[in-house]
Amino acid sequence: MSHDNEQSIISVRDLTVSSAAGELVHGISFDVPRRGSLGIVGESGSGKSLTCRSILGILPAGVGVAGGSILFEGTDVTTLSYRDWQPIRGTRIAAVFQDPGSYLNPSIPVGKQLVEVLRVKSGLGRGLARARAIELFVSMGLRHPELVFRQYPHELSGGMLQRVLIAIALAEDPEVLIADEATTALDVTVQAEVLDVLADLQAARELTLILVSHDLAVVSQVCDRIIVLKDGEIVESGETARVLRDPQHDYTRLLVENHEKYGIEKYLAPGLIDA
Amino acid sequence: MPESELLRVADLTVSLGHGRRRTEVLHGVNATVARGEIVGLVGETGSGKTTIARSILGLVPPASGSIELDGTDVARLSPGRLRAFRRAGIAQYVFQDPLRSLDPQLTIAASVAEGLRVRGGIDRAVIRSRVEETLELVGVSPELAARRPAELSGGQRQRVAIARAMVLEPSLLICDEPVSALDAANRIQMLELLVALRDASGIGMLFISHDLGSVAGITDRIVVLYRGRVVEAGSTAEVLLAPRHPYTRLLVGSAPTLSGGAADRGRRAELRAELALLETN
Repeated sequence: MSHDNEQSIISVRDLTVSSAAGELVHGISFDVPRRGSLGIVGESGSGKSLTCRSILGILPAGVGVAGGSILFEGTDVTTLSYRDWQPIRGTRIAAVFQDPGSYLNPSIPVGKQLVEVLRVKSGLGRGLARARAIELFVSMGLRHPELVFRQYPHELSGGMLQRVLIAIALAEDPEVLIADEATTALDVTVQAEVLDVLADLQAARELTLILVSHDLAVVSQVCDRIIVLKDGEIVESGETARVLRDPQHDYTRLLVENHEKYGIEKYLAPGLIDA
Repeated sequence: MPESELLRVADLTVSLGHGRRRTEVLHGVNATVARGEIVGLVGETGSGKTTIARSILGLVPPASGSIELDGTDVARLSPGRLRAFRRAGIAQYVFQDPLRSLDPQLTIAASVAEGLRVRGGIDRAVIRSRVEETLELVGVSPELAARRPAELSGGQRQRVAIARAMVLEPSLLICDEPVSALDAANRIQMLELLVALRDASGIGMLFISHDLGSVAGITDRIVVLYRGRVVEAGSTAEVLLAPRHPYTRLLVGSAPTLSGGAADRGRRAELRAELALLETN
């Protein structure tokens, strides 16, 4: 068990999430490997977002953890008070979501918004915070960081906004980043750019990444391990290569078939999956 | 013009906006769709895909060029003839979100019947039987005909939206990301349905998407649009296996596949640099 704790930064055990209407997540258990990348795949209603939101302690009103535990570095976060969450959420566990525009103030330049986070959370002075913000924008692959710094959200494309949000999420150098459908609304070329940024950051910063998507191919680009959720239960889990090569559950097989029969894979040389 | 040709867009230029803000968004686009052919129109947001679709439907007046659909040049119709053309329903459009074409107040049967009623002069009994046939054609059970869109699943709604288009017996069906909002099981069924409709009726289809991967499995040919210009067109296999334009190469490299990995990341970085270079020249 102690071995397990060293390997995994988050351990979810028998997590049950319920609302007044009934149980939505039915006692799922999984581990998030430290400095690794875990993909959570499922369609809307599968419970993937509720699982993430449980880890972040931000379940919607009327929905709550009804059983089980979520250990983050030995602390069961399902029992934390609002105050106890403050040094963890956004600081040690950060997140980005699908619609980046809605998380930014439209009337403040994006650089200033990042500076604000850096000043409040890390207590940096104005000049240092500005320099750190530019540095973060550079590491997000934003090509003209000084210009972006002064721009308002409406002046930036969806891909640039999502990079700004990732920069803000990483401002506090968190140990865990959760990206919940963070690339879903983006054009496919931009989606690939943001996924590449996430993969590079994960490796460079020794970040633990939880990548959530409805698309098995999206998570398989980046993640070492995958769990597949359906109707609030884990139907498949394992190393990415194994899940793709030898899916155990019918639903996972359907996801693979979707790509092999109707995706670009139909035209690509077979055997690439093993590489 | 070959016998089988259904749509020929030639040198289409479209400008949008008024006065000084008028901007050319399509710069001499050429594309064709044959009868019984499924063509993918692929490009990023703002590349002009939807403007092409709207032009074919006669909703956007072109600045120059022609749009020959089933023997009619849509670009040169007078306003009166354009209305008649639209009422005839030769080209039909299926949205990504079926709720955009379904009135929440109307029953499924009434929604599907609407186009026939607008056309006018059709007997009510004939309309009823055409609606029944069409719902059956798309795999919607007759019990659902009296229900409203809110009572249907996403997959059923998309089938109804397709029925609403197909009931007019169009020659061309334009599908804008028709499966991207559907889950895995419904996605496969929907693609199989569209192929079956094509096989049965010989209808031509134009599939609009930002993702090559989502059209690859169903299209015969692919047209790649980049910043209002066609940069590549060819059979699906040609475009995917031997893309020539840097943007097409980036599109192929960016489509999420089950075989992706770190090696692809390096390749994509090269492709982005190549495209950036092309833009600065």
